Formats: sequence, C-alpha cells, structure tokens
Amino acid sequence: MAEETLLSDDFLRQLINVGEVDILVGLPTHNNAQTIEPVLRAIQAGILKCFPRERAVIINADGGSHDGTPDLVTGASIDDVRNVLKIHTLRTLHAITTQYAHTPDPALALRTILAAADLLRARACVVISPTSTTIDPDWLQRLARPVYNDGFDLVSPLYRRQKFEGILMSNLLYPMTRAVYGYRIHEPFASEFAVSGHLVSDFLNSEIWNEEWVRVGTEVSLTVMALTGKYRTCQSFLGTKAHVDRSSSDLVVAMRRTVGTLFASLDRNRPLWSTINDSKSVPLVGTPSETEEPEPERIDRKRLWEMFATGVRELEPVFRTILSSTTLAELQRIAALELTEFQYPAGSWATTVYEFAASYHNAVISRDHILQALVPLYRGRMLTFLLENRSSSGKDGDKMEENVEALCGEFERLKPHLLKLWADRR
Amino acid sequence: MREREIIVAELTQAWQELVRGFAHYLPRLVEMLIVAFIGWMIAYFLKLLVRSILGMKKFSKLSESAGTTHFLHQMALPTAPELVSRFVFWVAWLGFILLGVSILPIVALQDYVSRFFFFLPRLFVALLILFFGSLVAGFFSRAALLAAVNANFRSSRLLSFAIRVMVSIFAISMAFEVLGVAEQTVLVFFGAVFGAIMLGLALAFGLGGKDLAREFLERKLSSSKKEEKEDELSPL
Repeated sequence: MAEETLLSDDFLRQLINVGEVDILVGLPTHNNAQTIEPVLRAIQAGILKCFPRERAVIINADGGSHDGTPDLVTGASIDDVRNVLKIHTLRTLHAITTQYAHTPDPALALRTILAAADLLRARACVVISPTSTTIDPDWLQRLARPVYNDGFDLVSPLYRRQKFEGILMSNLLYPMTRAVYGYRIHEPFASEFAVSGHLVSDFLNSEIWNEEWVRVGTEVSLTVMALTGKYRTCQSFLGTKAHVDRSSSDLVVAMRRTVGTLFASLDRNRPLWSTINDSKSVPLVGTPSETEEPEPERIDRKRLWEMFATGVRELEPVFRTILSSTTLAELQRIAALELTEFQYPAGSWATTVYEFAASYHNAVISRDHILQALVPLYRGRMLTFLLENRSSSGKDGDKMEENVEALCGEFERLKPHLLKLWADRR
Repeated sequence: MREREIIVAELTQAWQELVRGFAHYLPRLVEMLIVAFIGWMIAYFLKLLVRSILGMKKFSKLSESAGTTHFLHQMALPTAPELVSRFVFWVAWLGFILLGVSILPIVALQDYVSRFFFFLPRLFVALLILFFGSLVAGFFSRAALLAAVNANFRSSRLLSFAIRVMVSIFAISMAFEVLGVAEQTVLVFFGAVFGAIMLGLALAFGLGGKDLAREFLERKLSSSKKEEKEDELSPL
C-alpha cells in the first residue's frame, strides 16, 4: 500500500506490535493539552463500556505540539477509568502517538489515521476531535456501533449547537451537498465521524487520493465519496457540540477545506449529480436527546454588515469576473440596505454560491481567490441568518430549522441554474 | 547655336542617365514591392492566426484574470487578442518592407535594416516581460485586495493599486533594460519611485498611523482584550 510510505518506521513498528484491531480511534492533535485529557478519558471509558471484548487502539496523530499533548496521550492511564467504571477489558487498550509533521496539517493527520486503520485492518475507524470537551463515553458507541454492528460505512454526526454556531455548515455546505448529491446529510464536514474499514481502504486506494482538493479537504472528500459511491451512510446524534474560539483567518482556511473541496468535487462527479433532481433523508441512528442548548454568543451585527458592504464595494472588479451582472446588481442592492432592513435572501444566496461554483470549475481567476472572494458574501448571509433567527430560542428552535429547510429548498429549486452555468461555460 | 546644342546634349545625357538609373532600379523596386506585398499577405495571415489562437477561451480567461481586459477597456483600447494580433501584423510587415528595402542598393539604409532585425528578438523578450509582468501584477494586487478586505483593512483598493503599480514599474524597467533604451534613466527613475513609495509609506505609518499601530500592538500583546465577537463564531 502506497500510504505505508507516509508512516514513519517507528510508528510502523508500534503498529506492527499492536497487530490487527477491531476498532481504531483517531485523535488528530496540535497543542491540545488543555482539552485532551477529558476527551481521552471519555474515549477510554467508551471503549471499556461499549467494546470491552474488542481489540481497540487509540492513535494520536500530532502536528508538532509544544505543550506536551502526545505525552498526555501516551501517559494517560486506563486504570483510573477502570476503577471508576468497575469494568475490566479482556484486551489491552493500546495508545500510540506519532508526529506526522512539524506543523499542523489536519488533512495529513487524518490521512495518517486512515492509513493506520487500513494497515491494522480495523473494522471501524472513529475520529474524535481533541477539542470536543462536551464528549461523553456514549459518543464512541453512537459512532462506532452503526459501523461495527450494523454494517454502515460512514457515520456522520448530528449535534446540538449554540444556535449561531456552524452557519457555514447550515447555510452552504449542508444545503449545497443536499441539492447536488441528493442526500440530507447535515454535517458533510465532520470533526467526529466513523468509517468502515472497507470505505477507508477504498478511499486510500482510489485515484482521487492524489488530487489536491482531496488532500486539502479530506473530511468532505470522504463524505462525497460515501455519497457518490453508494456506501451505506447514516447520521448519529452525539450531543452538544463544544464551542471553539476562532479567529477571522480561520474563516478563509475553513472555506478552503470545506467549500473549496465541495466545489472541486463537482468536476469529477458531474455525470452523477447532474441527474439528481431531489434529495432523500439519511437514516438517523438513535434519537436526539433533550439536551440544554448552550447560551448564544453576543455578535456584533454592525461589524458584519459593514464588512459585507465594504466587501461588495471593494471587490467589485473581482465579482465581475465571477458573477453574472444580474447577481452582482442584486448584491449591490443588498449592500445598499440599512442594517435594520438588511436581508440577503435565500434565493440570491443560492444563486451566488452556484455562480461561484461554476467560476471555480472554469477557474476564471485563481481558485483560491474565488474562495476568498466568497468570504465577505458569506458574512452577509450570516448576518441575515442571525437577524432571521434572533428571536428563536432553544424551545423555538423549529423556526431556525424551518429557515434552514427553506434555504435547502431554494438550493434544490435553483439547481437547474447550476446545470445551465456548467453547460454554458464548459 | 552651339550653346543650344550643348544644352540639348546635356539634357539628353541627363535623361539617358535617368532612364538608365531608373532601368537599373526598376527591377529592384518591383522586387521590393513584391516582397512588401507578399509580406503584407503573410503578416495578414499571421494576424488572423494570432487572433484566432488568442481568441480561444484560455487566453481570454488569462487576460481577464490578470486584469488586462479590464485595464484595456478602461483605456478605450481594443481587446488583448486584437491588440496583440495587430502588433504582430505590423512587426511582420515592417520586417518584410525593410527586407525589400535592403534589396535596393542604398547603402545608408542597410545599417538600419540590420539594426532592426538585431532589435527584434529583444523586442519580443521585452513584450514577454511586460505580459508576464501584467499577469504577476494582476495576481498579487488581487491577492492583496482579497486579503485586505477579509482582514477589514480600510484602504484595500489603495493597497492593491500600490502593489499593481510597484510590480508594473518593476516589469517596465526590466523591459526597458532588455531593450537597452535609456537604461540609466530607467534605473534612476525606478530607484526614485520605489524609494519615494517606501518613504511615503514609512511616513504615513509613522506619523498618520501611530495610534493605529499602538492600538494594533496593544491588541496583539494584551491577552485580556478579546477579539471581535463575529470572529468567535465557529463556522463549522
């Protein structure tokens, strides 16, 4: 297997010592000393509680931490967890750590984990984010069980989030994936998920693996491959998603890893998605439990509004090469609105995203520049989403879901526009 | 009577010499005209060829993405493929005309003709530098514009324009150096402009932006101050 070259000799030696496993839990880390311990304890407890007879290993792929994260992983004793739970496993729970690079590269970390899973012939590979401080031991069961027991190939998570978190997911990734590939998978980019050994092996051995967009956005590529390759996919409700502080530069990086990969996937899969006219639901494993919704953050709406208006004004020459004159005129109209009456309608947003996707396909300018140009417009859509849902509370969360559903409807309704753009500019 | 004969004889001789000279030059003149005509046809063919090649989608996209199309439109000039094809036509035709002229036994012109053909490769290299310079300027100015807008920098367009100008000046000075035209002047001009821009920026930042710089450093160094709320929202 070509991926073996990715794994260092020392790491390979450790993997060989472990031998074949049933379940592999991957932890991609970089300077996560503050949050890694509760996550690790939850993983260990989850394995002890739910898979006491299975052969399991925890693989930590570290991107050059300076805070001793790998030491915390290898040093975490399972005895404490055993004593608390009063459960004893029949197998040894291994924990291996490897430094895949000196600088963090999430895609490479994931690739390392998948390569290890393939090498150890794991039946289920579960990936857990080291920042998921809200994790409980049941997460492992909810993710691994559908793969290990029910034969699913991909288990995608469902979370309860603070209502304004994950707007890129709810306003772009989910609606577009649903409209294009025809599956209502809510988290096309997941920081926690489980995959079958079968899907891991196919993914690593597929020819798309060498393509740039797969290397940058491995998570989205994996989801797209599962949806287009007719693998069995389901969603599993995990619980509350932990809030992660981010800086504005993360938004551009997030765009590259998610939206860029989704746009790029359209090139290869065009024969498939061009024939899909509607969307179907993805099986939900387990039922969403009533958990308390986290308190929403206070957000500076005026700043968002200013950044959108400035972006539309300053980037006009760039938008001229990406958008149609009608869409650009609509954006300029929206940018002229006052904050109190601001609205970036769902239809206009869907049209904008589709035109960006077509321009990305045609590479009218540098593809990275196209993604960067989408950022201010996303801020405008984000503002509309905040304004539309400002009154909805935890109990009234249905209104927000209705708004997301309406947006998805617009993406599906306008899909012929995307097909037309594709046909026109080929 | 004798004087009249002398005048007639002189005129006759002059006429004969003129006719002889004309007869001597006429075939070469015809040759030159034929070469010029064939040159015109070849140049016209080249113009059509270049126009059709550059009219292809890829070049249009390249030109558009480099900002050349926008620039030419603003200057009320023809499109990039039209401009390049016209240039090729005139260079090719001028080359053939000079080739034709070299057939004529005019010694003074020979030197100019050979200089022109010696100059042609350098002209092409200079044009290539200008073309790639405009591509690089377009790319970097757009990259700066996008980065500045996304970082909420207030003078994004100005920054983008400054980068375009600096890269363009650099490309133009390189092109002039290749052509060997006013090398010293261009060098001094480039140094002066570059120095002025840097000095201007230093003064602008030092005097005009001292509060901004202090605020920026305070924000970066002080851990107690939190970033704007919008940035704390996780997009994923």
